[in-house]
Amino acid sequence: MIKKVTTHLSQNEALLFERSSPGKKAYQLPELDVPAVDAAVALGAENVRQEIEGFPEISEVEAIRHFTRLSTWNYAIDYGMYPLGSCTMKYNPRINEVVARTEGLAWAHPYQPESLSQGCMQVMESLEAALAEICGMDAVTLQPAAGAHGELTGILLIRALLEKRGNPRQKILIPDSAHGTNPASAAIAGYAVESIKSSETGGVDLSALEQLVTGDVAALMVTNPNTLGVFENNIVRVAEILHKKGAMLYMDGANMNALVGIARPGDFGVDVMHLNLHKTFSTPHGGGGPGAGPVAVKKVLEPFLPTPRLKRAGKKLAFDYKRKHSIGRVKAYYGNFGVLVRALAYIQAHGGPGLRNATMDAVLNAVYIRKALEPYYDLPYQSPNMHEVVFSDSRQAKLGVRTGDIAKRLIDYGFHPYTVSFPMIVHGALMIEPTETEGKLEIDSFIDAMISIAHEIETDPRMVKNAPYNTRTSRVDEVTAARKPVLRWKPA
Amino acid sequence: MLETCGVTSPDELFAHLPEEVRLNRTLNLPPGISEYEIVEYFRSRASQCALGYASFLGAGVYNHFRPVLVDTVVSRGEFLTSYTPYQAEIAQGTLTAIFEFQTMICQLTGMDVANASMYDGSTAVPEAAMMAVRATGKARVLIAKSVHPEYREVLSTYAKHQAMPVAEFGYVAESGNLDLEDLESKMDALTGAVIIQTPNFFGIVEQVKAAAEIAHRHGALLIVVFTEAVSLGLLEPPADADIVAGELQSFAISPSYGGPYAGIIATKEKYIRQMPGRLVGQTTDSRGNRAFCLTLSTREQHIRREKATSNICTNQALIALMATVFMTVYGKQGLRELAEQNLAKAHYLAGKLKPRFSGKFFNEFVVRAEGKSPEEINKTLLKKKIIGGLPLGRFYPELADSMLLCATETTKRADMDALVEVQA
Repeated sequence: MIKKVTTHLSQNEALLFERSSPGKKAYQLPELDVPAVDAAVALGAENVRQEIEGFPEISEVEAIRHFTRLSTWNYAIDYGMYPLGSCTMKYNPRINEVVARTEGLAWAHPYQPESLSQGCMQVMESLEAALAEICGMDAVTLQPAAGAHGELTGILLIRALLEKRGNPRQKILIPDSAHGTNPASAAIAGYAVESIKSSETGGVDLSALEQLVTGDVAALMVTNPNTLGVFENNIVRVAEILHKKGAMLYMDGANMNALVGIARPGDFGVDVMHLNLHKTFSTPHGGGGPGAGPVAVKKVLEPFLPTPRLKRAGKKLAFDYKRKHSIGRVKAYYGNFGVLVRALAYIQAHGGPGLRNATMDAVLNAVYIRKALEPYYDLPYQSPNMHEVVFSDSRQAKLGVRTGDIAKRLIDYGFHPYTVSFPMIVHGALMIEPTETEGKLEIDSFIDAMISIAHEIETDPRMVKNAPYNTRTSRVDEVTAARKPVLRWKPA
Repeated sequence: MLETCGVTSPDELFAHLPEEVRLNRTLNLPPGISEYEIVEYFRSRASQCALGYASFLGAGVYNHFRPVLVDTVVSRGEFLTSYTPYQAEIAQGTLTAIFEFQTMICQLTGMDVANASMYDGSTAVPEAAMMAVRATGKARVLIAKSVHPEYREVLSTYAKHQAMPVAEFGYVAESGNLDLEDLESKMDALTGAVIIQTPNFFGIVEQVKAAAEIAHRHGALLIVVFTEAVSLGLLEPPADADIVAGELQSFAISPSYGGPYAGIIATKEKYIRQMPGRLVGQTTDSRGNRAFCLTLSTREQHIRREKATSNICTNQALIALMATVFMTVYGKQGLRELAEQNLAKAHYLAGKLKPRFSGKFFNEFVVRAEGKSPEEINKTLLKKKIIGGLPLGRFYPELADSMLLCATETTKRADMDALVEVQA
């Protein structure tokens, strides 16, 4: 039975362009306090455009209604549990939003004098130090804009170090359970990618690794806990095998929410890793960005970090631009500073013990869901899980219902779906990550929904296959969207 | 819950971790603090920054007023706390807004298609270059020296390991415009992309048509970069470009010490499948109603892995939404008026000083510091609570005696007059 949601009226809304009519406006500008200028003279008549064809003209009330109506068509963490595996959809504390808008920080120009930027630089220095402590690493760059950007940065660092040692090598090893960004990032850094098959328990197969790590291998990119939510128990051995052959260990920190305060990658042999501040450190996903992907490294990689580096000289902080071994810049300015402010606020609110507690709650929630759903869904890997758990749809598939269908039916129950069909090593995966945000009430209601769907599949599989029913938009035809791309509005 | 999990304390849930990997101490971080203390901490950091200063800095990051509707909209939890819209049935709000964003970027730039946004302008440049290289099969990239220096640095970081040689061509010392002769002389059969910026880093409006003609004659694509999106309210769209890569910071995105911003890539229809990043497309739902979804994802990393067009995973949805609301609020007429105000302010200021270059400019221009160095002038200005222009020596040794000044609709006449007094 569906308990969490009831349908209610939802406002229809046209596109901005369809609402538009000449002369409506939502803006005010002050009177000019200088003489107006003839654009055709100042810019040259040939450089001045006619009107911006098709651009909207609507009133202020229409504008606010437009976006408010649109907003109600979204599901959000603020509505309820968002159990997307590997995405760490935790609550986004509003204090983060408030402090990120503090005037002296939000309006700081990246080129204002360093003497008038000390506050911003201190925020960055504090965050670098906190992240280094959390990861057990020696240095952190805050410049990368997102996780994938951090991966690229990390692999470029490895390349720079190996190049300096005489040979950048040719290959990066990546487990078949990895996120797609890993191989894509390695390719941009100029490396060939070799996939490693996961072992029977879902981890890195040590004997296979031993054979694959040749003098050609620059690094292994590993996600730990891996995308099954399972901690790589052999991680210290993995690091040894790589290091013995002069290769490096890169860790994708997407799943760091399982480790903060419990174990530190730097202590178990990782040389370089990235963090997703929009996952582990609570900065909002915002419908798909902005994120931030700081990279933490061991001392040996520090000389290669992107320019500029924050440097303390007594009481003053300064940027050091003269770093001859640096890989260069990966982004203009210093990083997604506004996201960094939010992450630091999260760390401050929790403190050391609080961060550890959050990790424990995240793992407890995931293990609890596993125990509750194990009788109903197939669990392909039996190893103890951490912050997320991966089931397969193998029982339901026999009745013709796949993971994607179960996900759509979950929407009718008032939840966002889990991650569908990932990791690829699990056929028909249901990847569930509750995070520490959820309390027992919300989780139990999620579990009830999943059990109820399992029953529905047994009695009426066809009904489940056509879900969702209660949304304003029913199942969307993605095939036609790709076949005949309509990527912008045009007047009829 | 513990009982269901078969443990007596949460610690036991970690019992399977090998002893050697565990941290057997608490993190060396201060204990948690209250909301009030967090607000105080950041206020105090802000007080060590430039508060209450007038500023003439531009150089890729501009002070424009942020209409209040922008934060009203982006603060809604439905936009703020939702994920990338993979589940189209419950993400139509984000998807519709992105579709509108893509449309408005096309209208502004004169391109056929725009993606859902990139990290920022600086990373959009190498992504555009890689796109052009894929499309032409020619690996060499020529970039104008008058493109934002930090964007050029990012390009060289990305290009280095992809067998994508990058060379630069110059600007005309008198006008500050592209040196088209230099461009022509550096073109060769291996060049797949020519990259220019307009208005360029010196604020000067470039000859897009002429650059396009040269690039196309040699079988290369022209990539046009912009950092000041407000200029598009007045300037002819760069429709002769093959790819437009830009930065939307000017559209209600606070400077925030360098980020987060949102970049764009827009292009001609025939290059759609070479595009990086997310794209939203129109389709229908099973009831036949209009609906939107992410599309053409076979270009992307989660499907194509190492063969993807880019490693980029997400876009800058919430920041792109700021820009979308900004474009909606100003609209067709407002964006033009806003651009006219910027033009008027900058030309008022320039009228009292001597711009170093003769090229036509929008809201930024270069002046030579007379007698004193730009740094000395800025020092004097700081005493009057004015942050002067960007001294250019750091990026252009040949312009060490010059600074880049910017005026926007927020620049007050009195501050401009005070600046002139020190400069003159």
